[in-house]
Amino acid sequence: MAESGSPDFSKWSCPLPLADYPTIVMGHGGGGKLGNELVEHLFLPAFRNPALENLGDAAVFELSSGRLAMSTDSFVVQPLFFPGGSIGALAVNGTVNDLAVSGAEPKFLSASFILEEGFPLAQLAAIVNAMADAAAEAGVRIVTGDTKVVERGHGDGCYINTAGVGVLRQGINVGPNRAQVGDVVLVSGTIGDHGMAIMSVREGLEFESQIRSDCAALNGMIAEVLEAVGPAVHTMRDPTRGGLASTLNEIATAANVGIDIDEAKVPVRSEVQSACELLGLDPVYVANEGKAVFFVAPDSADRALEVLRAHPLGRDAARIGVVTAQHPRMLVARTVMGSNRVIATQIGEQLPRIC
Amino acid sequence: MKYLTEFRNGEVAQRMAREIHQVATRPWKIMEICGGQTHSIIRNGIDQMLPAGIEMIHGPGCPVCVTPLALIDKALAIAAQPGVIFCSFGDMLRVPGTDADLFQIKGRGGDVRVVYSPLDAVELAVRNPDKQVVFFGVGFETTAPANAMSVHLAKRRGLKNFSLLVSHVLVPPAIEAIMSSPENRVQAFLAAGHVCSIMGYWEYPSLADQFEIPIVVTGFEPLDLLDGIRRAVLQLEKGKHHVENAYERIVTYAGNLEAQRLLAEVFEVTDRAWRGIGVIPKSGWRLNDKYREFDAEERFQISGIYTEESPLCRAGDVLRGAIKPAECPAFGKECTPRHPLGATMVSSEGACAAYFNYGRFLSAEELASAGVAHG
Amino acid sequence: MCLAIPGKVEQITTDGDVRMGRVNFGGVVKKVCLDYVPEVAVGDYTIVHVGFALSKIDEQSALETLDLFRKMGALDEELASEEEVFARAANAPQSACPDGSCELTGKSLRDTSKGGPIE
Repeated sequence: MAESGSPDFSKWSCPLPLADYPTIVMGHGGGGKLGNELVEHLFLPAFRNPALENLGDAAVFELSSGRLAMSTDSFVVQPLFFPGGSIGALAVNGTVNDLAVSGAEPKFLSASFILEEGFPLAQLAAIVNAMADAAAEAGVRIVTGDTKVVERGHGDGCYINTAGVGVLRQGINVGPNRAQVGDVVLVSGTIGDHGMAIMSVREGLEFESQIRSDCAALNGMIAEVLEAVGPAVHTMRDPTRGGLASTLNEIATAANVGIDIDEAKVPVRSEVQSACELLGLDPVYVANEGKAVFFVAPDSADRALEVLRAHPLGRDAARIGVVTAQHPRMLVARTVMGSNRVIATQIGEQLPRIC
Repeated sequence: MKYLTEFRNGEVAQRMAREIHQVATRPWKIMEICGGQTHSIIRNGIDQMLPAGIEMIHGPGCPVCVTPLALIDKALAIAAQPGVIFCSFGDMLRVPGTDADLFQIKGRGGDVRVVYSPLDAVELAVRNPDKQVVFFGVGFETTAPANAMSVHLAKRRGLKNFSLLVSHVLVPPAIEAIMSSPENRVQAFLAAGHVCSIMGYWEYPSLADQFEIPIVVTGFEPLDLLDGIRRAVLQLEKGKHHVENAYERIVTYAGNLEAQRLLAEVFEVTDRAWRGIGVIPKSGWRLNDKYREFDAEERFQISGIYTEESPLCRAGDVLRGAIKPAECPAFGKECTPRHPLGATMVSSEGACAAYFNYGRFLSAEELASAGVAHG
Repeated sequence: MCLAIPGKVEQITTDGDVRMGRVNFGGVVKKVCLDYVPEVAVGDYTIVHVGFALSKIDEQSALETLDLFRKMGALDEELASEEEVFARAANAPQSACPDGSCELTGKSLRDTSKGGPIE
């Protein structure tokens, strides 16, 4: 992942000696010379592509005909850099994944920054490089953007918004309301990694571990699944904030079906489980940034699982449950004890507990 | 995790449940004291595994739930003050005061921080000499040694900017209050295993004799809970009323003498108001004269607190085991985790929250279709 | 009210005036105050609550307890009579001195010459 390194200021021609003051100043958001410097020497080299190079007020590009999908998300994570990722990687992968789970092939992204006065340029460079890496990995291009600066104390260093456009695949029609009784529920890998990676560096709660965020672009893996079983996939979702539990509850409600899962089958890294035990958290509510759930027609479930497991991001994919006509709009888990428990949607953020 | 996962073995749990089915011949009512035990029972469906006649009554062992409303309002007032860093365990963040909670105070600009340990708060005091750091010292006897150490260290290091807002409550007086109540239905207790790891269980034989009830020191994992219940049922079937230790790998008769030494150094016994229950004499700890300077209530002198509980809230009855959460008219309607009326709905180990979060708010038919027996 | 989990002590240091340990909870390591468990040494397991070790885990006791749990709940075919059930239950782990009058040390109270059902 990108490290925090200093940009090479020798090529910056601005009269202000930025090498001596390597932080964001109000002028960087002003649209004048300072702002242009940032674009010329920071954003452009990182995001290099013809649509961006024109530096018009809007990016102009062509897309194949058919239906389009568009998604937007804002990223305000603290800390900005964490084990396994950064706000930059999240900003790209988050929007790429939202498009991918809608059945679209992500193509172009915009990137808007709200920076706090005093924010170190070296950190911005590291974030931008992380975005460039993530975009290259996902096969998408960042074609337009914006920068605004707020006064010191009025921002958290760096906020990013990305919006993305993608092309919907032919013959694919997925949505949360399309889950059907009998569908098999698959998850592409271990849950809770991202949330616990963030927790491990959060002031007051930090701990040492090998836990890393699972932040990743899922469009490649999803493309392979759709290629293999296509219309058998009824619903896809990436369980981010609120975890697996929130996502499954949302789908149960949208489709007016019940979902039964087997707790023993839900993959959790042992370290993530340990960290959850330490803080009194339940992994099903912990955030993920590189996982997807699939609701697949029963005849194609085995094949879909096979394809997932063959992909580097889906090695730990598992079949965790099934859609049922019983208990509509409810997610019920069979516990390790053999009893059943209802997994309700969490209210607000899950907090560590001592009791 | 070693010494944790093995005590969650589903197959062995089924065997132990079967054993209880074999020995129980009559209905019995057993109270588990600790909120952590309540949480584990509901989450793992332990109560569903028991014979129909065995009823688990959930006790007041939720320190968050029993912290008096007036103290929460004082906490909120202190946290709202500029120049204060207010530290707390996560459990307390959403407990409702009269018109706000700590989370909302944070939203309004108060410096409220969640910490894992009281030592983190001491650390913050060292690093922020220009701020007053206050730690919300809530808990039963399990947490008291940690809180005691924090003020002990603060005193040793001569810290002038650290104080403790104390709300410590004790288990044996609670048992006595419950057993003395005319509406009491409890016939046996599962004592709180981690409280006993500190205090031992030498305080319980006199209670067992006085009220003629079995008391079994019990752990928190499913197998530990099933063993505690099994032993209690066995005693009840045979008409016995002894104290037993079902958590021997952690608990000894005398308890942790080091911890007890420091507790005696820092705290003194006091009467305490238990939210929803009322004042129980000699049921809490407060900082003694030697450590009074670290008492946040003294340091901040908050006055003009006007507390008001919701008239609909029956948390007290739930805490005493008089009713189950689902029997409260407001449960699942006016009172939900999103809009809690009382602490038992907010605290992760409060009985009402446990019931709600694990689906017990549903009707019997809905629960049956989910394969969950009505608790 | 007592979320306490078992961890293995990997290292012990003195942090100023406080005895601290690096404790490993299934791969997650935290610094824990060991002032309340002076008998705990590197390699021992201890139960930790809010950053404080409260008690050493008696590993022998843990293993024996698990072993006995596994022998419970015999199926109907294996039972001879109700007496046998009670006899088995009586010999399962229970305090031999339920009123605690035996010993005040940390030793297990199951070592006793008294057998049979509890009185």
